[in-house]
Amino acid sequence: MHAKQLSRIAVQALIVLAVAGLLALLATTTASHLAQRGIRSGFDFLLEPAGFTLGESAIPLDAGDSTLLAFAAGLANTLRLALPGAALALGLGVLVGFGRLAEHPLVRGLARAFVNAFRNIPLLLQLLAWYFILTDLLPASDAALRLAPGVFLSKSGLALPWWGEAGFEIPEPAGFGIDGGARLTPEYLAMLIGLVIYTAAYIAEILRAAVEALPPGQRLAALAMGMTPRQTFRLVLLPQAWRAALPPVTSQLLNLFKNASLAVAIGYPDLVSVAGTSLNQTGRAIECLSIVIAVYLLLSLAGAAVSHRLERHVLRGGVA
Amino acid sequence: MFRIRTLAAATAALLATFVTPAHAGKTLDAIKAKGQLACGVSTGVIGFSAADSQGQWRGLDVDVCRALAAAVLGDPNKVRWVPLNSQQRFTAIQSGEVDILSRNTTWSLTRDAGLGLHFTAVTYYDGQGFLVAKKSKVTSAKQLKNAEICVQSGTTTERNLADWFRAQGIKVKPVVFEKFEPSIKAFFSGRCQAYTTDASALAFIRTKEAPNPDDYLVLPEIISKEPLGPAVRRGDDEWFAVVKWVVQALVEAEELGITQAKVDALKASPDPAIQRFLGVGEDLGKSLGLDREWAARAVKAGGNYGELFERNVGAGSPLKLPRGLNAQWNKGGLMYGLPLR
Repeated sequence: MHAKQLSRIAVQALIVLAVAGLLALLATTTASHLAQRGIRSGFDFLLEPAGFTLGESAIPLDAGDSTLLAFAAGLANTLRLALPGAALALGLGVLVGFGRLAEHPLVRGLARAFVNAFRNIPLLLQLLAWYFILTDLLPASDAALRLAPGVFLSKSGLALPWWGEAGFEIPEPAGFGIDGGARLTPEYLAMLIGLVIYTAAYIAEILRAAVEALPPGQRLAALAMGMTPRQTFRLVLLPQAWRAALPPVTSQLLNLFKNASLAVAIGYPDLVSVAGTSLNQTGRAIECLSIVIAVYLLLSLAGAAVSHRLERHVLRGGVA
Repeated sequence: MFRIRTLAAATAALLATFVTPAHAGKTLDAIKAKGQLACGVSTGVIGFSAADSQGQWRGLDVDVCRALAAAVLGDPNKVRWVPLNSQQRFTAIQSGEVDILSRNTTWSLTRDAGLGLHFTAVTYYDGQGFLVAKKSKVTSAKQLKNAEICVQSGTTTERNLADWFRAQGIKVKPVVFEKFEPSIKAFFSGRCQAYTTDASALAFIRTKEAPNPDDYLVLPEIISKEPLGPAVRRGDDEWFAVVKWVVQALVEAEELGITQAKVDALKASPDPAIQRFLGVGEDLGKSLGLDREWAARAVKAGGNYGELFERNVGAGSPLKLPRGLNAQWNKGGLMYGLPLR
């Protein structure tokens, strides 16, 4: 037994070494061939000025700032989209999932139509559709719709009172549109709406499947004990369904994060957009792509680790 | 999807660098052996390189490749067209997927010195400008303070935009799209106050894509120099010389009055410069590794530079661009064909 274990560890170590060796060989050969062909390579460009700005950025970015900061701003924009997106998708997904299980035929039908429509149209098309619906429907920025004092909606987005360079600012019409406060651009809104609805459709289906997979006796027993259908659902069915639903739901939330990389199609400056621009300015294709790959891989792994812990917690008897 | 294609191109480049030794001085031989020129073009820029409704590639950049194929292989149709987006283009030329990158690409120091390629000649002098809606009452780019500006990613455009407005001390917000169609659709729907790209493309966008061209205005400011021209891979001086001189021959032909229609008849011309050009007298092709009629065939393929210009981007095209900087040097332009002698 002991020897068997040892040999297993040895085999695994050998495989890891072989893979690492191959990767190292690939990296050094690529680097030397790039040098042979007079192609500059390396990550030194990250410290040079980016030379471009972003239309919207969670981190203030100037054209004179480093490319590294531009990448960070791109990542911050991705997270600014993915984190609220994941929370909203979860909420909407649970609601639609309830709808799929509802007694009322109209509610059930609507929920079913929602899932079928949004799950079966490619996400990119949905995003483009949301974007052009928003930019076509909204009023021009010099004729913004005033929803409430300091809240304006126009083609340049939703302007809200928020803390800015001059303290707490209330947006006001000025020049080409609305000045001051915070701005949720049509690009951001279209991405958020598209991602949330698309992911929610999947989450709803997962929840429905998880509840329907429970033994029918659970529901019947709860009802027999005099619980209302709502109590049955909330106190008996849902806690059990969660255990089955948690792994696929978290994987859908990670998908949302990865799908956020479609942002460049409708002009939202996310990490992939920044990498594409840097790639063009510097010509460092392999470097820029490997940064994007590494960031997505690391963040997805981190997300998976969190979800794993959550699963263990739930399996131990807690409720997520 | 561009990410997947870019990734594929990068992977291909990685594999290519991994398995094949660097080429040196072999491009011309390889092209002759294959009987085909691999020409990297755009995925669709009207006037420069775009496939028409019959799937035929047309444009100034396309005709440069045809002239080159005629000079090298004796047949302007022996070209394999490789459409490349702006992220793929440098990897494609670096890795040897294409023999020439003829794809409205700006010649700049970092690209010429740092990307493993050599620009050969300028085929079009362009510059970046702005398109605005007339009803915005903007008549100068300096009035675009705090404006949102729609732009397609993956060109020198974004950087010029940042540089120029920084120099003016004006803040603008770029809205960057990956693809051309969404970028102009967003602009025409009123999402942005201005659209920016090279002036040659702005003329086309205004006349062909605008709901009503008279509602839009190209601003007078040209904020950058964009010399566009074909590039080849580093490390093959012979091939570099062939591409460079084929382009020079097209420009020189215009100055000498050698047109597509007259090229055969002019072989009887007593002018020694024309005789040399057409290979009647001296053999200029030898030092390039070509035969004596290379330049004659290049012109016969689609005409001289002036004819290519008129047909693709000038008066005979939907773009109707004036010659401007691209006129011959003796007519107020910058096109100065180096002497073929």
